[in-house]
Amino acid sequence: MLSRTAANLYWIGRYMERAEFTTRLAEATLRLSSLSSGAQAERAAWESALQVVGEDESFAASAENATPFNVTRWLLLSEDNPNSVRSCLAFARDNARAARNAMTREAWEAINRAWLDLRARTSPGGGQAAMNLIDTVKADTRGFEGALSRMLRREAYWFMRLGSVIERGDNTARLVDVKYYLLLPEGERVGGTLDRDQWTTLLQTVSARNAYRLLYRDSLKPWLVADLLIFRAEMPRSLAASCAETVQLLSELGGSSGRQGEADRLARLRQTQLADTDIDRIFRSGLHEFLGTYIADNAAIHRAIAQQFRFG
Amino acid sequence: MRLNVCYTTLYEYREPARHIVQLLRVTPQSFAGQSVLDWRIDVDSDVRLRAGRDGFGNVTHMLYVDRPVDRLKLTVAGSVLTQDMAGIVQGVAGELPPLVFLRPTPMTAPSPALAALAEKIAGQSAGALDRLHFLAAAINGGMRFDTESTAVDTKAAEAFEAGHGVCQDFTHIFIAAARLQGIPARYVSGHLFRRDGAHSQEAAHAWAEAWVEDLGWVGFDPANGTSPDDAYIRVATGLDYRDAAPTAGARSGGGAEELSVEVLVTRAREKGQFQSQSQVRS
Amino acid sequence: MGAARVVRKRIFDELWGGGRAPRAGFEPLASWLTDTGTGELGRRQQAAEAAFRTLGVTFSVYGEKDSAERIIPFDIIPRIFTAREWDKLSAGLEQRVRAINAFIADVYGERRIIADGVVPADIVLGNPQYCIPVAGARPPHGVYAHISGIDLVRTGAEEFVVLEDNVRTPSGVSYMIENREAMLRLCPELFDRFAVQPVDNYPDLLRDTLYSVAPHGARAPVCVLLTPGHHNSAFYEHSFLADTMGIELVEGTDLEVDDDIVWMRTIDGRVRVDVIYRRIDDDFLDPLIFNPRSMLGVAGLLAAYLAGNVAIVNAPGNGIADDKAIYSYMPDIVRYYSGEEAQLPNVETWRCREPEALRYTLDNLETLVVKLVDGSGGYGMLIGPTAASAEIEQFRAALVAEPHRYIAQPTLALSTVPTLTEQGVSPRHVDFRPFVLTGADHVCIVPGGLTRVALREGSLVVNSSQGGGTKDSIVLAAADGKEEQHALPYGG
Repeated sequence: MLSRTAANLYWIGRYMERAEFTTRLAEATLRLSSLSSGAQAERAAWESALQVVGEDESFAASAENATPFNVTRWLLLSEDNPNSVRSCLAFARDNARAARNAMTREAWEAINRAWLDLRARTSPGGGQAAMNLIDTVKADTRGFEGALSRMLRREAYWFMRLGSVIERGDNTARLVDVKYYLLLPEGERVGGTLDRDQWTTLLQTVSARNAYRLLYRDSLKPWLVADLLIFRAEMPRSLAASCAETVQLLSELGGSSGRQGEADRLARLRQTQLADTDIDRIFRSGLHEFLGTYIADNAAIHRAIAQQFRFG
Repeated sequence: MRLNVCYTTLYEYREPARHIVQLLRVTPQSFAGQSVLDWRIDVDSDVRLRAGRDGFGNVTHMLYVDRPVDRLKLTVAGSVLTQDMAGIVQGVAGELPPLVFLRPTPMTAPSPALAALAEKIAGQSAGALDRLHFLAAAINGGMRFDTESTAVDTKAAEAFEAGHGVCQDFTHIFIAAARLQGIPARYVSGHLFRRDGAHSQEAAHAWAEAWVEDLGWVGFDPANGTSPDDAYIRVATGLDYRDAAPTAGARSGGGAEELSVEVLVTRAREKGQFQSQSQVRS
Repeated sequence: MGAARVVRKRIFDELWGGGRAPRAGFEPLASWLTDTGTGELGRRQQAAEAAFRTLGVTFSVYGEKDSAERIIPFDIIPRIFTAREWDKLSAGLEQRVRAINAFIADVYGERRIIADGVVPADIVLGNPQYCIPVAGARPPHGVYAHISGIDLVRTGAEEFVVLEDNVRTPSGVSYMIENREAMLRLCPELFDRFAVQPVDNYPDLLRDTLYSVAPHGARAPVCVLLTPGHHNSAFYEHSFLADTMGIELVEGTDLEVDDDIVWMRTIDGRVRVDVIYRRIDDDFLDPLIFNPRSMLGVAGLLAAYLAGNVAIVNAPGNGIADDKAIYSYMPDIVRYYSGEEAQLPNVETWRCREPEALRYTLDNLETLVVKLVDGSGGYGMLIGPTAASAEIEQFRAALVAEPHRYIAQPTLALSTVPTLTEQGVSPRHVDFRPFVLTGADHVCIVPGGLTRVALREGSLVVNSSQGGGTKDSIVLAAADGKEEQHALPYGG
């Protein structure tokens, strides 16, 4: 496979994942904001959503007020925001056009449809209209996942998946990091309704509400939420799952080419380190510090992948 | 005259260049006015050189470097026996028909001022040869030689308007004006032995050749106001600088580049070859 | 002579001929149109266009500010050739393409045709399309025009006329295949009424052609399709062809030249490339030789080609053969190399560089089509009969100033075919581009091509950039059921 094609596929995976995550974040924040009492709580909800996707500063620079409408538009549709869902889908489609031959017609059509559904929209509309838009994007990204799952298990599939899991790990880590103070054990003392709503939002963003109930059979406990999102490999969006899948995908790619490299070594190292610790130790040494390290390691693995497969 | 040439080009890259491809037109051929006695290309790094011939009939070498290098030094050296043929070029192998040398190129594109120059020269004489001599003299007299004001991509019209330039610009103006009169003209790159003792030069030389019925290709050096004689070593020809330049290259990586060129043309004592070679190397 | 030309010519309709009844063999098409009805035709046409959009069969228009992708309008009513018409046409095409290959080999080699005075030297050697860097070079297996798109128009039941030869990087073949695909899906019953020759084997034939011209045959050759990238207006076609042939679709940055050999960069290291089907223009192929600012090509590519280590399809320098100035000599060129009269005539052409032709052109601007010798795509063109007088005067001045840049031709009575319009089914003018493949030892032509239709009533401009659409071009199977495919030995 051409190195450039591999890079295109990898980026498709990343952008489609980012589009889906941002959509879910907007959805969960809309819900949280409608549950919030008072303008200040509502505002806090939207500001933290911007923080999760690292858009707080650029949004501030856009000189718009952090109203639900404005932030939703910024997250979903803005052309000025390179990480908006619209921008992600445009980038994904751009990469998909360049790598069309490496993917199935179905996978291409899924990406193209997602883009066509969004490209004419300039306003998310209020309440229900915004939810409908979100549902459309969610359906489109599910369509892409479906198309992906029906592809041959070969390089093209592995590279797209690899892009997804690297992006996914980054997103989950950022999400947890922004809300980390809510998850600290001593956060219990502020465990009012608002905090429970926040945890719910968090779980919703990574579609893990039911997963939590199934795995813990307990009421919402902050350290259990953290445990779920970091350590439970059964949970597809957890850091553990992302680590394991990165190792596995790299070894599939290595198996087909017969070569292993820096990316394999870094990914295995990260997996071992995660297995050697637990939630208590993380809380002792600092959850925020742990997540910061994770995000940096993830970026290092991304760079090693680009180097190893000559993305150029 | 027996002339020795040592032509060194040194590229220094800010960061290591990963992959380098260069096209070299640095090898002269023998014809009625010159015999190449000995010629070689040396490169200080691990490179691959592939000889070929381009559409103009020039001898080319492709140079490939496929591992990171932070410098590349190219040394072209040899000796040539030259003869004064009053500028007339005969016996060159693999020549294209003169008609292909009538078309303008981006570097020799006409301008109103160039057209006026061509018209003025056309009024001077009925004979093509006389007109071309007038043209070379007019450019030589009207232009100031100045190494600071023009660049390798300066066009004939721009240099002519500015009124100064280097041998490349003088040559482009000559070619553009000759073609405007319907006379096929071409660019020649090569080396010049300086009788004034300035053996070390900063660049290769350039002059023009024009097609004169009955005589064939005739050389004109508008930068020096003369016709090439036995002090000239003719290396490559083309429609303009781009076709005949000694080197053209591309590379990936490397960052900024620093280029230094030295051309040393000396007269060999008419004795043995070995002596003249050691002189080149010193 | 002049007076006869102003008389309005009769227009030939390919379904109705000149009369009220369908031409022989076309009855099923006429009854299908009646049976289906315009409402249903319209619905199917919309379904086809929606499918093209989802698939991304799009192009972008040069010079349009919002260069967002558009689809070329598709007309649901096919254009049909009988087997007999096709056989005659394809024999003429093969003769012409063989002559074109011989001509290119000659002008970059011995230049016999010039020495023999058949084509003036300055038309060839003074032509900017005469590509000096490949003078004296011989491509692997001596083939230059591997893929030729010959633009034809029809002016009568038996009259086909060549409008233009395209032997650089002719495009449009994906429409031939996708349009058929759409017809088979949306109008299956039509194919019960007719026995139709297939076009979907074109990618296989093209791949065979590419493999056949690979230099020295020891290894299994590696072929790639070189595209300018996915922002190019024809990218869908590039990706479609690479995909259906099963070869890599590469950009310039995916290739590098080392030791006069072309390599492609893959995740497992570099792989040697033997054949490059390039869809970028000569000027962008190699920044060391051509446009130095080109980011699309590969430094050193021409050296690899001159060394005989890679085949470039089509060969660089082919522009000399499809140049408008050369076009008018094509009947002489065919005669010179084949020893026979050209089976497919040219449009009568006045070369304005010749004083008599210029005079005739200036006297008859209102009835003539005047074209720039170095223009393309319908730009820089005067269509006398429909032009405003100011436009005619503008061209008159341009002709007087630079006559050598122009040729003039009579306006042709292009044939029409039934087309679905807002007013129902009505006749619209069409042209036709079949694709001729020339390999190391064969010439073959897929029975079909690209039919372009001028959707505006009375318009003769079929260019997609100026409101043209496309149709499926159906070639019927021979009456005895035998499907003929032209695969004749080449160079015998």
